[in-house]
Amino acid sequence: MRAPIAAPPEPVPAVPVPAAPEPPDPVGPGRRRFAVFCVLAVGTAVLFVLTIAVGSYHVPIDEVLRVLSGGTPSDPRWAVIVEEVRLPRALTAAAVGAALAVAGVQMQTLFGNALADPFSLGVSSGASMGVAAVVVSTGGVAGSFTGGLAGLGRVGVILAASLGAGCVLALVLLLSRWVRSAVTLLVIGVMIGSAATAVVSVMLVYARPERAQQFVIWGLGSFSATTWPDLAVMLPVIGAGLVAALLTAKRLNALLLGEDYARTMGLNVRRSRDLALLGTSLLAGAATAFCGPVAFLGLAVPHLTRVALGTSDHRALVPASMLAGAFLALACALLSQPPGTDAVLPLNAITSLFGAPVVITFLIRSRRGLQGVTS
Amino acid sequence: MTDSTIAPRPVPHRPGKPSPSPGGLAAAGLTVGYRTRSAWGRGARHPVLADLDLTARAGELTVLLGPNGTGKSTLLRTLCGLLPPLAGDVRVAGRDVAEETPAVLARRLAVVLTDRVDAGLLSARELVGLGRHPHTGFTGRLTAEDHRVVQWALEAVGAAALAHRPAAELSDGERQRVLTARALAQEPDVVLLDEPTAFLDVPSRVALTVLLRDLAREQGLTVVVSTHDLELALRVADAVWLVDRTSRVHTGAPEDLIVSGAVAAAFDAEHLAFDPLSGSFGLRRAARATVTVESPPHLGPLLERALAREGLTALPGPAGEEPRISADEHGDLTLRGDGAARTTRSFHELTRTVRTW
Repeated sequence: MRAPIAAPPEPVPAVPVPAAPEPPDPVGPGRRRFAVFCVLAVGTAVLFVLTIAVGSYHVPIDEVLRVLSGGTPSDPRWAVIVEEVRLPRALTAAAVGAALAVAGVQMQTLFGNALADPFSLGVSSGASMGVAAVVVSTGGVAGSFTGGLAGLGRVGVILAASLGAGCVLALVLLLSRWVRSAVTLLVIGVMIGSAATAVVSVMLVYARPERAQQFVIWGLGSFSATTWPDLAVMLPVIGAGLVAALLTAKRLNALLLGEDYARTMGLNVRRSRDLALLGTSLLAGAATAFCGPVAFLGLAVPHLTRVALGTSDHRALVPASMLAGAFLALACALLSQPPGTDAVLPLNAITSLFGAPVVITFLIRSRRGLQGVTS
Repeated sequence: MTDSTIAPRPVPHRPGKPSPSPGGLAAAGLTVGYRTRSAWGRGARHPVLADLDLTARAGELTVLLGPNGTGKSTLLRTLCGLLPPLAGDVRVAGRDVAEETPAVLARRLAVVLTDRVDAGLLSARELVGLGRHPHTGFTGRLTAEDHRVVQWALEAVGAAALAHRPAAELSDGERQRVLTARALAQEPDVVLLDEPTAFLDVPSRVALTVLLRDLAREQGLTVVVSTHDLELALRVADAVWLVDRTSRVHTGAPEDLIVSGAVAAAFDAEHLAFDPLSGSFGLRRAARATVTVESPPHLGPLLERALAREGLTALPGPAGEEPRISADEHGDLTLRGDGAARTTRSFHELTRTVRTW
């Protein structure tokens, strides 16, 4: 019997925030934000430890904490499990969750579109295209998928994925100049995404069958495939993208009212857009390169965070989304390995099961807003 | 009525900015329009309004009027630097807009655009706070001074009570006030507003227009506003830029343009005629007959309007002339003609009777 530590994590952060409406109290919003940050930080830390503890082989919590703090566990196997398997997985989940959430925040503000995120607008598919190109071009390499990637260099994969993501993002951004309707743009994003997926499947025909199969499994999404050498590349890239997002919070705020207003408020709109484009491509590219195209996290986390915070102010929204993204990704990582079984559920199955209701709820609740500017 | 009262309200004075620089907004030899890219990479110019010399003075409400499709928005977008001019220049307080950096320009000039904004989850106060963008530092944090200016801007537009409401839940009139406050929070010398009253009901329109005039007068701002609300604009504006159908721009006080006939020329249509005396528009109907009226003074104009709708010109005349309509103090309206007399009790009854008379 395994200890019932893994109480089912709730998809929505259990944030004890006061429900709307806001009282006319100038201290209220600040206090509420502080509470949200505290809850998210504690929740993320708890889930981080849980993710390390839970899996096909259970490690007691106190032993996890002992290994994490540099001590020696009573059973040396636990050290190996924690350090070589579980810790990379937890770090990957937290980093990728934060990356996708912040990429989603940036894209939603950049497009002025509530439904924008790396996955919905095909950016993840673009990143897949980059990865597929690397997989095909190194088709002769044997061994595991990540082994093959290592052969060409992990930096190369991140670059290829970011380049693919950037190309799709730039294309969608260009189209968004003419397409004002949020829903139409979303459909275009889906189309671009399926076109990219089609290109990928054509490329895979020319890959060796076992590589193609690995690619398909990669495409289901997983936080478990990363190793320390992978993390050594991924974490700095994602870290840079996150810091860049934090530093551009003021620019993103100015873009909240649209590009024309931003320009008349003294913002260099083109530079801000390029910065956000670059940051989003890096974040989505790095996340996708190692974990596959992960659905819905980038879309749902910003909305949940906005509602929890009660504001769209990016100076609070960006850091809170990082925490909330890490929190939810860790929750998904936990759910994808149900305790007590050896089964590993595809990550995208989990994120979609929890993300789809969020999107549907959002669509129903803000139908008026999504009909575009003509209403 | 959802918005605050129409009564004139003292506008609080701006903190820390005692004397706005004089000079206002001036355009010289300005040609506005669009450039399109041709296959050869050369920009083809599509001028909409050409060779304009315009001045909007500090302390005055300048209203931009004109029929639809005459290029008002293009002109405003050029004035605020969102569109590059095809020729000529725009100066704010004597300095060329094109040569200013965006950040410096944003402290001199602020706008309220026609775009309907979807700011997501922002309170009205946060939305107004966005206007501090050109004044805040790298992180965008609002200082105590910034908060004071935001509060002033909210009070200046009478939106202090809305400060904690979510911006997305404001009514059209409230939102325009808050957007105006956002522009004021930039502490500009010049404010440009593109059809701010378009979605508003009549009391809100009057309130906003009067507010803009008061802001100009009391804060020494240069306010330029485009609108379709012709009669109100002609009543409230200090100066008018009138774009006519031939793309000429007439400038002057409202009365100047009425006297010169420019207003009538720009807006008269088949069924609409501008009456220079009342400064308002009336329905143009061919008079089919005249009728003599006598009435107490307060009913006279109403009787005239009701009869005009039926194609009758009302003339005051001595007793005895027929046909005649006389109104008494009780509101009874008596028609006399062809040796018959008929008394009606309401204007509606009167007009129906007149129609079959």
